Amino acid sequence: MERDDIYEYSLDTHHSEEEGKKVRKKIYQVLGIMSAVTIFEVGMGMKFSEDPSWAVYLKYIFIFLTLVKAGYIVMVFMHLGDEKKNFRWIVLAPYIVLVGYLIFIVLTESVYSGTIRLFDPLIHTLTGGGAH
Amino acid sequence: MSAHATTQKTDVKSVWGGGTSPFGISYGKMMMWFFLMSDAFTFSGLLTAYGFMRHKYHDIWPVAGDVFTHFPFYTGHIQLLYVAFMTFVLIASSVTMVLAVEAGHRMNKKGVILWMFLTIVGGSIFLGSQAWEWYHFIEGTDHGAVRTFIKDGAWVTEVFKGANLRVNEYGHPLFADFFFFITGFHGFHVFSGVVINIIIFIGVIKGTFHQRGHYEMVEKSGLYWHFVDLVWVFVFTFFYLL
Repeated sequence: MERDDIYEYSLDTHHSEEEGKKVRKKIYQVLGIMSAVTIFEVGMGMKFSEDPSWAVYLKYIFIFLTLVKAGYIVMVFMHLGDEKKNFRWIVLAPYIVLVGYLIFIVLTESVYSGTIRLFDPLIHTLTGGGAH
Repeated sequence: MSAHATTQKTDVKSVWGGGTSPFGISYGKMMMWFFLMSDAFTFSGLLTAYGFMRHKYHDIWPVAGDVFTHFPFYTGHIQLLYVAFMTFVLIASSVTMVLAVEAGHRMNKKGVILWMFLTIVGGSIFLGSQAWEWYHFIEGTDHGAVRTFIKDGAWVTEVFKGANLRVNEYGHPLFADFFFFITGFHGFHVFSGVVINIIIFIGVIKGTFHQRGHYEMVEKSGLYWHFVDLVWVFVFTFFYLL
């Protein structure tokens, strides 16, 4: 059976040698950035455990750097940045809205849950004493 | 790809009229994106649940940097280094995958074979590393930890080593539960990614996609593979770094 659907929608899956060079340059650039970020994170992570005064700032730096890495993976490696704008938002918008809400509500409740758990007798059998 | 940035102007009225893809993307690739989106929701749920429990038990939660300190052929303890190695392997294999896709766009069959082969090798190294890490986590330290619990109406004290789904010598048992579930679920994704890559790799060698005129199947399996890398970036941060 002739699969004309594949051909019809895949017209732009080819590029020339010339363009290929540019694309590869970009890929190696992103590899450099991601490696540098990971090395930085691990280095700070090692320091982190020795010096707790840094902990609060590092937490947010790590989360920010993770989002930077994730952005590079999705936009460059997965080529979402090269897809049409409407498709890009169809993938990203529901995700950002729903997961943003999930993180907000779950972490808010976890703080409350952490306050009331000190009255929970089960904790002593789980951890062999616990901190309280 | 930069080649995707087409200069064609799309007419908003006619583009939804049928006979063309409104998103300028093939059916298979779009469905792969939607699948990955649903999968991303699953992982978000797991990691957020981890965050919940971690906040709840923040005072007795173990620091992952102190748990995963093993390195092959070295008896001392180095924090995070092996996980960093694993992360690097996975990022590198993601890069080789995107290079395979790029070679496919130039119809360079040899290039696709080389880069896909390296991707499969990288994925396998990652899987082996994860198994190794699980082994050390289950095995535990030499000294172990003490736990007290009620058995037949009396308090019993016991020394135990390592971690499993019931106990965890490093801290709260939920840490071990989440570790096994999240890295296990991710590891299973890596495993299926390697299997999918091998299947596509065989197709590339046989020339199936070359005959078809394009390497879109490599692109689709590549999307899945990048997603696995993406998830690991988050697992690495929330499990090991924070």
